[in-house]
Amino acid sequence: MHEIPKTPQGFLDALPHCRALGMLMVSCGDGKAVIDMPYDENLIGDPKTRVVHGGAVSALMDTCCGMAVFFHPDQPDSTATIDLRIDYMRSATPGQTIRAEAVCHQMTRNVAFVRAVAMDEDRARPVATATGAFTVERRLPEESA
Amino acid sequence: MNRPRPEPIQQVKHRRDAALHALVSSVPYIQFMGITFDRRGNELTAQLNFDDKLIGNPVLPALHGGATAAFLEMTAMITLHWTVLWEGIESGAYDLEAMAAGDLPRQPKTIDFSVDYLRSGLPRDAYARARVWRSGRRFASVHVEAWQDNKEKLLAQATGHFLMATEPE
Repeated sequence: MHEIPKTPQGFLDALPHCRALGMLMVSCGDGKAVIDMPYDENLIGDPKTRVVHGGAVSALMDTCCGMAVFFHPDQPDSTATIDLRIDYMRSATPGQTIRAEAVCHQMTRNVAFVRAVAMDEDRARPVATATGAFTVERRLPEESA
Repeated sequence: MNRPRPEPIQQVKHRRDAALHALVSSVPYIQFMGITFDRRGNELTAQLNFDDKLIGNPVLPALHGGATAAFLEMTAMITLHWTVLWEGIESGAYDLEAMAAGDLPRQPKTIDFSVDYLRSGLPRDAYARARVWRSGRRFASVHVEAWQDNKEKLLAQATGHFLMATEPE
């Protein structure tokens, strides 16, 4: 069993699917995370318009939300998605990097609540928003109580 | 007793498989994710063929939740598109050669997609089927379920709403 680095960039790089999607950590900490996903032809969902598939945006949002939870000041030992809802406002412009920004705005003993927004280079008009609930895993619940 | 003679089975299968292949093979992200579609009549089952690049948590290891979400969304969208096109495929309204060459009817667009994660994904293949609960002129509502070893123990389920493509007048 290998150890996962506790630094944000090291952590992201240790996740094979995030590497495969080319995700880059912009900033992370204090219950917030910002991740870029550069445009890549592999991610095209509509061959006619060359727009990135919503599923890739979902993967970016899920990762970004999970990172915001994991790097929250309460420091959960791990986290998993319970549910994630994405609203797609418009198509991302082909060729542009998609950036996700997530905030873990509430953390309880067992559940973390997260909001996120995805943008392309036109930061004024979001591509998508997300809301999610994540588990909060603690290795020794008795001692941390 | 004037029922038209049924088409030869090879012709029916060829037409349906060619249409499905045209829909699926043209999407780079489907190829990247390693998703394939299996057809029985008009029913589709999607398969997420396991690959190390789908891993999110290398310690467990487990599929990335984002990969699961993408798999569900792709299954929902392709099944919806397929369902909408079905009548036209059967009636011969579509030119299958033009479709194979990339001239495809416009895809539905996702409005929202809500994923309910039920289990952590094991490092092996996953399967999904979608059901179109409503498909109107402008909007559609689709539910999709994914499983791995046991169809009674779902990996995840999702509901999505889609905006239908309006063909130019």
